[in-house]
Amino acid sequence: MDLEPLISRMKLGAAGETGSWRNYRPVVKRELCNVCKTCLSYCPEGVINEMIEIDYRFCKGCGICKEICKQKAIEMVPE
Amino acid sequence: MQGDLQTKGHRDGTRVRVLLTSNEAIAEAVRIAEPEVIAAYPITPQSPIVERLAEMIASGDLRASFVRVESEHSAMAVIHGAATAGARVFTATSSHGLAYMYEMCWWIAGSRLPAVMAVATRSIGAPWNIHGDHTDIVLLRDTGWIIGMAETAQEAFDMTLQAFFVSEEVNIPFAVGIDAFTMSHTAEVVEIWNPKIPERRQAYRVLPTDRFAVNAVTMGKARMKARYDLAVDLENSAKIIEKSDAEFGNHGGLVEKYRLDDADYAVVMMGGWCGDAKDAIDVLRGEGYKIGLLRLRFLRPFPKKAVKELSGEVLVVDKGNSDIRGVLGIEVSSCGIEAKNVVAGIGGVDVGVEDFCKIFKNFVEGRIGLEWYL
Amino acid sequence: MILPGNTSCQGCPISLAMRCLDEIENPVLVIPAGCSTVVAGLHPNSAMKIPVVHVPFASTNAVACGLKEAYKRLGVEANVIAWMGDGGADIGFATLSASAARRDDIITVVVDNEAYMNTGTQASLSTFWKAKTTTSPLGKRDEKRNLALIMIAHRADYVATATVGYVEDLRRKFRKAGELKGFRFIHIHCPCPPGWRFPSEKTIEIARKAVASGAWALFEYYNGKLRFSGVGRRYVDKENRIPLADYLRSQGRFEHLSDEEVKELENAIEKEWEIIRKFSND
Repeated sequence: MDLEPLISRMKLGAAGETGSWRNYRPVVKRELCNVCKTCLSYCPEGVINEMIEIDYRFCKGCGICKEICKQKAIEMVPE
Repeated sequence: MQGDLQTKGHRDGTRVRVLLTSNEAIAEAVRIAEPEVIAAYPITPQSPIVERLAEMIASGDLRASFVRVESEHSAMAVIHGAATAGARVFTATSSHGLAYMYEMCWWIAGSRLPAVMAVATRSIGAPWNIHGDHTDIVLLRDTGWIIGMAETAQEAFDMTLQAFFVSEEVNIPFAVGIDAFTMSHTAEVVEIWNPKIPERRQAYRVLPTDRFAVNAVTMGKARMKARYDLAVDLENSAKIIEKSDAEFGNHGGLVEKYRLDDADYAVVMMGGWCGDAKDAIDVLRGEGYKIGLLRLRFLRPFPKKAVKELSGEVLVVDKGNSDIRGVLGIEVSSCGIEAKNVVAGIGGVDVGVEDFCKIFKNFVEGRIGLEWYL
Repeated sequence: MILPGNTSCQGCPISLAMRCLDEIENPVLVIPAGCSTVVAGLHPNSAMKIPVVHVPFASTNAVACGLKEAYKRLGVEANVIAWMGDGGADIGFATLSASAARRDDIITVVVDNEAYMNTGTQASLSTFWKAKTTTSPLGKRDEKRNLALIMIAHRADYVATATVGYVEDLRRKFRKAGELKGFRFIHIHCPCPPGWRFPSEKTIEIARKAVASGAWALFEYYNGKLRFSGVGRRYVDKENRIPLADYLRSQGRFEHLSDEEVKELENAIEKEWEIIRKFSND
């Protein structure tokens, strides 16, 4: 029996490159960042990695990382 | 005690003849099929099936999980979940219970999961009526389920076992219909035996190590393909049903032909009341009329071939209606047959041999078009 | 356990909650109609790293029960998770209640964004008092139903409330639920930017304000004891709370409220706390 279309396969970017949704992109100011990783914990998309690098292919620019950063190390820059 | 007889009967392969109601016969068949998960909600007149299964599990005769659900919708949902995980499953219902689980019936058929359900066909209200007719079973008609209708307790037993086999062959759920009370609660002689159904197999199952989703939101063409595949496989299930007929009681495949070979007049019916209809056929034959019965064993897949082969005058006697027309009347006409149609026996109104003689007499004497036998 | 580039809105709390599922071993997700259905991915893609069984709206707990019973019979180790929104908990309430009463060995998660968001923000039984939704344009007249208290009354094995505002606390609760057996229930507060009408960057701030104002209680219940969660403990005492207006007026769905109505809400919240405190041993 053909399993199509009952089975859907795991895919990174299931909705495409959602980075295109952004009006603003978060930029990390390295000199202020103390790598507390709070932004990593709270990013709904999970696009911030252990080195606090942002995967701009998928970052939707929600701004939560900017808000949560205690060091004010993230700035939202217009696209 | 009844229970002991059955236990000896199936385990060592011998055949045992016992007095059983269709409800009990189905419970026996389920026990032999050894499902892993059973979930059912009681409803008159199916409750004895559920109770018998619970007894069997309590006594150790059947090793299965029995989930006491709070509604039929949940019964079918539990079955769906268990089947998804790879378990052999069973449920049973009737009438309003079938209506309550309707959404899940579509879901499990569309999911292409093997499952077996017994339906004690009972009138759907309003107003309330607990007796037998075929107004409920038609609910399943368009869902994609295989729908069988037994005539005797023996056939109910055989068909239930065949249901487990066929549904797992074709990945389509299979409903076994028995008439409420006249079959569900009426004892007949049943030969219990074990046809040795293979281990459960299914097209897919879901395990925690998997990384896929099942039944996600699916657009247009892909969704249509799913429905098409189900329809095609439902058609092809007829072949499996026919091929396995000998193994499961030799009841005739999609249909049973009773004195039909040389018949000028053919009656088309389904269900338990066909027993009395056959007696009436015999009476009319005795009077010289060349009349026969095409008993539909399956509502789906619909026995189009057998219906199209009917020659001469055709009468369809229905125990359930759509509008002014009977359900089978509509189905048979869709095969290009211009059939007469009588709707009778709704709400469990007794239609016995004399009544059938009257109806068939009117039929062979050309006095019937479309009418209700009130 | 959800991959980036999914369909969730900017700042979506459900996506954040799903990210925390790595705390649970051998998960199998059961998802009914709702935002989560769409967030989990449209065919042919699944955005999830774990298996998902999509199911009809009112059936979640029953399907989860069936999966778990079968896994038990077949010797498969699995944490089956019935993951629904407050909408799924409305339409599937009988199913949920029976599942709890049966003590089904599954985890139930309700991601509560306080409305039927996936269909465009219609009021649910979990919608906050006086909130504006499309079916309560003048503000919802009935109070928010407390699912966690209901589950405690069912004598569930583990009941917790959590919020995306404090993910470490949420993760801890997922982890604990994953290790326990029996009927486990986690009610997650999920502020929704488009539905509640606030900028997407404020999701966490608003979730924390809900806790700080007393609008969302954080606790766990197991072994017959209700314990308040560390991050929310000080707000159990009315005196330590921030004004409810701080929480409410940050959201467009409450912009129509008068000061009297805010006071009414404060009183209603305190009344609910009285019930919660009766359950607690703290």
